[in-house]
Amino acid sequence: MLTLQFLTTGLLTGGIYALIAVSIVLVYKATRIFNFAVGELLALGGYFCYSFVVWFHFPLWLAMLGSLMLAVIVGALVERLLLRPLLSQPLLTIIMATLALSSLLNGLMLMIWTGYTVTFPRNLLPGKTLIIGNIVMSHELVWAFAIAMATFAILGYFFMKTRTGLRMRAVSEDHELSMSCGVNITLIFAVTWILAVVMGTLSGFLLGNRIGLTPSITPLTALRAFPAVLFGGLESVVGAVVGGLTIGIIEGMVGGLINPNLGEISPYVILLFVLVVRPEGLFGLKRIERI
Amino acid sequence: MWRPCGVFDDTYEKDIAIVRTPTQWMITVGSLVALMVLPKLVGGHILTTINLIAVSIVSALGLNILTGMTGQISLGQGAFMGVGAYTLMIFMNHFGFSFWMALPFAMVCAGFLGLIFGLPSLRIKGFYLAMATLAAQFIIPWVIINVRPDLTGGTSTITIEAPSFFGITLSSQSRIYYVIMFFTVTVVYLTRNLARCKIGRAFVAIRDNDLAAEIMGIEIFKYKLLSFFICSLLAGLAGCLWVLWMGAVNVDNFTLHESIWYLGMIIVGGLGSIPGTVFGVTFIRLLDLLVQYVGPAIASFFPDAIGAAIKIGISPFIFGLVILLFLIYEPRGLAHRWEIVKHFYRRWPFSY
Repeated sequence: MLTLQFLTTGLLTGGIYALIAVSIVLVYKATRIFNFAVGELLALGGYFCYSFVVWFHFPLWLAMLGSLMLAVIVGALVERLLLRPLLSQPLLTIIMATLALSSLLNGLMLMIWTGYTVTFPRNLLPGKTLIIGNIVMSHELVWAFAIAMATFAILGYFFMKTRTGLRMRAVSEDHELSMSCGVNITLIFAVTWILAVVMGTLSGFLLGNRIGLTPSITPLTALRAFPAVLFGGLESVVGAVVGGLTIGIIEGMVGGLINPNLGEISPYVILLFVLVVRPEGLFGLKRIERI
Repeated sequence: MWRPCGVFDDTYEKDIAIVRTPTQWMITVGSLVALMVLPKLVGGHILTTINLIAVSIVSALGLNILTGMTGQISLGQGAFMGVGAYTLMIFMNHFGFSFWMALPFAMVCAGFLGLIFGLPSLRIKGFYLAMATLAAQFIIPWVIINVRPDLTGGTSTITIEAPSFFGITLSSQSRIYYVIMFFTVTVVYLTRNLARCKIGRAFVAIRDNDLAAEIMGIEIFKYKLLSFFICSLLAGLAGCLWVLWMGAVNVDNFTLHESIWYLGMIIVGGLGSIPGTVFGVTFIRLLDLLVQYVGPAIASFFPDAIGAAIKIGISPFIFGLVILLFLIYEPRGLAHRWEIVKHFYRRWPFSY
């Protein structure tokens, strides 16, 4: 019975990881940049929402709207100021750029919101703790899972049915080819980054609502989405969702059944295992290299 | 290598010499003497900073061999330093070894752990390798904190006894300065040699194109692992020197944050360049020191609560900003600027 409980909690937490993982995969597919700053962007989004709710006493829907709009601005700024000058630079430069961005944002958050943990007001999201049989589900987690799944549905529709979505898929296949077909590739990059930061903001709110926000700890929690991304495969959105849920379940099960401390580290052990056994992940592309 | 005009090598010994001209000899001997007398001239706080810079140079040089020369990205340098530091502490406090006896064990231990985490580099590279080393950066501190807290002390700070060197107790910063500087100068010299011998050339070939390197007969697996081993060996040495410098060891000094700082230092200095590493480390550490002095001054303009927050946040903020500016405007780092200055001097007044 306890197993089922941990399985459910893990699955629901996995929804948040999946959201973060999809945000990483989107950026990677479109721009070939692995976003190491995702943790800080996420925490920043969470803090925006927190400030609207706690400092300005906005209702939740308005706070969400406001922070999503700020996320759009942040995403566009990051793309324009930082990553466009670094297009087609060597890999290490790109990695270091996102790491430096994470350091910069971390400092910024420490300056504005200080280093202490802040928590959202209790019961911000409507509803009560769900009890089905013997399984307890906190309504915040259920909300988080539902919001994550709804986002995936909207994203799926966006990619399959809209012109911008089609262009984004084309760009992720081949930059030069899509450019020669008349796709405005820099605009697509900007849209990708904005989407990624918006999803980061959503998951930042969900994570912050559950365990509170700290400039130094929240990003590290978000880094657990990295194993999820690699588990699913770097090129696959579906893989990111599956990976996120799997990592959530494994973390919940190991943490609950064996040792809470071990749960914290288990995603990284899985990461190493995946890297050694199947580096391209479950749904990723096997790369063939040519000289 | 660039040489002043009119200097020719007529013997093989001259061709392979590191120090070539009388001027270079004068500069080398002069700077060594300057390093010898430095502790007599400057006071406590400055000397502490110089020691920190020297320790960081050792670690950054290791990372530069791995990242700058071999092109393998490592986000785990801080953790490997931690392995060295904790191994040293365990050997000294629990097995009763002296500092000098424990030092080689700590270095080799860090080296082999780096080797293990470098194993995936056979199959993967780029982002994937960064991920593997990131996993090391999370797993190693976790092991230090959770597995044997009775040995490692968990999250608490463990002090070590100040080691002695032929009867002299290395208790003050000016005394440990000589030990640290000896290791730093030796490591700089050895790295300089490594870069131009067979191994170093193999590293550079792997960085430039590993498939091409393999086809030309370089055993990629051996050299990649060797690079990981040397990098973590130096990280272990730097960890030991860090313990000597602090007189204590704490897991908080070996976080992901530190690893990112080391990567930032070699980026600012110039990838694959040894003088660049020295410049980069010095630049970043001095900048951090400056920020620590200027930060409170800026903070005093603001109300207390905001001022305190600015004091903590300004250091990572400035660090991130500086790295970004370097990446965008001078990706070849300070080493490139230094070359420009040298060329200007050599060609003056015909500076074209």
